[in-house]
Amino acid sequence: MKENNKLKKFGSLLVASSLLAGVLAGCGAGDSDTSSGGGSSSGGSKDGDTIKIGANLELSGNVASYGSSIGLGAELAVKEINDAGGIDGKKIELIKVDNKSENSEATAAAIKLATQDKVVAMMSPATSGNTIATVQIANDNKIPLVGAAATAPNVTVNDDGSVNEYAFRTCFIDPFQGIVAANFATGELKAKNVAIFADNASDYAKGLAKSFKDTIAENGGKVVKEEAYVAKDTDFRTQLTNIKSSNPDFIFIPGYYEEVGLIVKQAREMGITVPLMGADGWDSPTLVELAGADALNNTYITNHYSAEDPDQKIQDFVKAFKAANGDKAPDAFNALGYDTVYYIADAIKRAGSTDGEAIKKALAETKDLSLVTGTFSVDENHNPIKTATVLEFKDGKQVFNSKVNP
Amino acid sequence: MEWIQQLVNGISLGSIYALIALGYTMVYGIIKLINFAHGDVFMIGAFIGFYAIAKWELGFLPALLLAMAVCAIFGVLIERIAYKRLRNATRIAALITAIGVSLLIEYTTIFFRGAQPAAYPEVIKNTTFDVFGVQISSTSILILSVSIVLMILLQFIVHKTKIGKAMRAVSHDADAARLMGINVDNTISATFAIGSALAGAAGVIFGVYYTKIDPLMGVIPGVKAFIAAVLGGIGIIPGAMVGGMLLGVVESFVSALGFSLWRDAAAFVILILILIFRPSGIFGKNAREKV
Repeated sequence: MKENNKLKKFGSLLVASSLLAGVLAGCGAGDSDTSSGGGSSSGGSKDGDTIKIGANLELSGNVASYGSSIGLGAELAVKEINDAGGIDGKKIELIKVDNKSENSEATAAAIKLATQDKVVAMMSPATSGNTIATVQIANDNKIPLVGAAATAPNVTVNDDGSVNEYAFRTCFIDPFQGIVAANFATGELKAKNVAIFADNASDYAKGLAKSFKDTIAENGGKVVKEEAYVAKDTDFRTQLTNIKSSNPDFIFIPGYYEEVGLIVKQAREMGITVPLMGADGWDSPTLVELAGADALNNTYITNHYSAEDPDQKIQDFVKAFKAANGDKAPDAFNALGYDTVYYIADAIKRAGSTDGEAIKKALAETKDLSLVTGTFSVDENHNPIKTATVLEFKDGKQVFNSKVNP
Repeated sequence: MEWIQQLVNGISLGSIYALIALGYTMVYGIIKLINFAHGDVFMIGAFIGFYAIAKWELGFLPALLLAMAVCAIFGVLIERIAYKRLRNATRIAALITAIGVSLLIEYTTIFFRGAQPAAYPEVIKNTTFDVFGVQISSTSILILSVSIVLMILLQFIVHKTKIGKAMRAVSHDADAARLMGINVDNTISATFAIGSALAGAAGVIFGVYYTKIDPLMGVIPGVKAFIAAVLGGIGIIPGAMVGGMLLGVVESFVSALGFSLWRDAAAFVILILILIFRPSGIFGKNAREKV
């Protein structure tokens, strides 16, 4: 019995040490490779003619629809670039890894991309939380990371104000959507007394609510009521009763579609007819199912782009995407995934090398780059300065309303 | 007027808690088991109703009856397969089994249809009545009337029928009831059937009222209904009804006062206070009739 135990212990020790050795070897290889300056292209003769870009995405799990959408958009962009001759004659190879919508898996996937696949740049996961879990890996391995849809401010900037050197993004940041919504409310809709009904369990919604509130005050409007809910709630009637009794002429509801669908439905049932507005968290077909097309009339969202935007560049993209994906109109995540690849490709081209440091510098220097989700320049916090699109729901369909500049 | 509106909101919510709480309290009354899988029977009822309405295009009433029938059978199956052989085991063993059954139902459902929510189709044209400035929707009237009809029916079954008499007898003293020639096993099964049917009905009503259903929807309402049952006095049928309504109204008023984020906390504070100061619940004074 005792011997048996010893044997077991020895066995597990052996396994553990060999695992550890593997990990260490992996890390070492990664370090030496990136510091050599050549990146993966100089590493092996086989890889010499391709440029590897990693895509660390939610392909399964609870936000799988976001990650898969980004992946589809990215694939289209890679195909287009390769068909046009690639970057300086080198084809792009997109390596997709599933992070199962979990933080720890996202970190593991980033390590795999950095050390095993030796990518020259990474597309980060769709959600901000998963992206933040990979920023450290990018910094340590000196591999630029570009988030397609990670909108939280602290992806690129730490709480102490320092910028994460290797973290970038294609999307605008959360507070910006709150500002756009507030300007739209006081400008376009001439609202004076507004109410806010925010998801108190998410940083995303709290960030939007705060910037919305600040901008409303600057514009001379008044917040007459602030109510909150928590994700997974199903009954919002009590809070809505409170909001209704304060007689607002506009209600801002930052949150995600699962709860927002019910809020919109219950609000309309209770006779709240004023315009409701949210942000990109509303962007899902499920929202229409939950709320019903009628209830969604007279509601607005800010978003990254609209497939109905008459702009030529956008219509070309919509046509190409539909041709490649069975006539499905691309959503915002598709567009952001597509743009992210072009953003990275543009930087690699200007850098003239696949060295992480050079690409990072080129990304930060991006100026007036014209993409599907807007023309943008990168600011000192690695955030793009770009336009937002306001969409209106009409009979369950998102209809292009206007574009708002920062 | 705002307070009357909140009262209406609270009663609608409370009647759903009450319907689920009845199942908890009946089962506890008869075999002293907190059936934690009860919230999941509620979820199954919601999904049966959903498929009946969305896929087979049944009306509200047929869908409700179908969900109740399927849940009744499901409840009996759970009892026969999982709890029957534990009848003489320690109560903690049965309790742990109940939690296991609960997880099994939840994740089997997720396995077959995924975890994403589904939206109930609009089965009843929703109109809103304005009564002196209070908005009352037709669905909330429906919820309340269906709950009241079911509760009256339950009282009738328990007090006026033979099976009801058997249930009261078994809950009072199972051994004596067996000696008197009552089939205890069948009586317990009947209790599970009735309790589960009520949970199934609550599931369909929940779907119609709140639209969104998902495989884990039974967890929180299940816990709230348990609190309602304890509040009213567990094992006492009128206690579950009053406890459910009361909890719904308290939650609404907590939100109305501007503490909407404390709503769930308020429910648990009630549970703790009841357990400290009045463990037998509002109606649990002197050994009243128990089912």
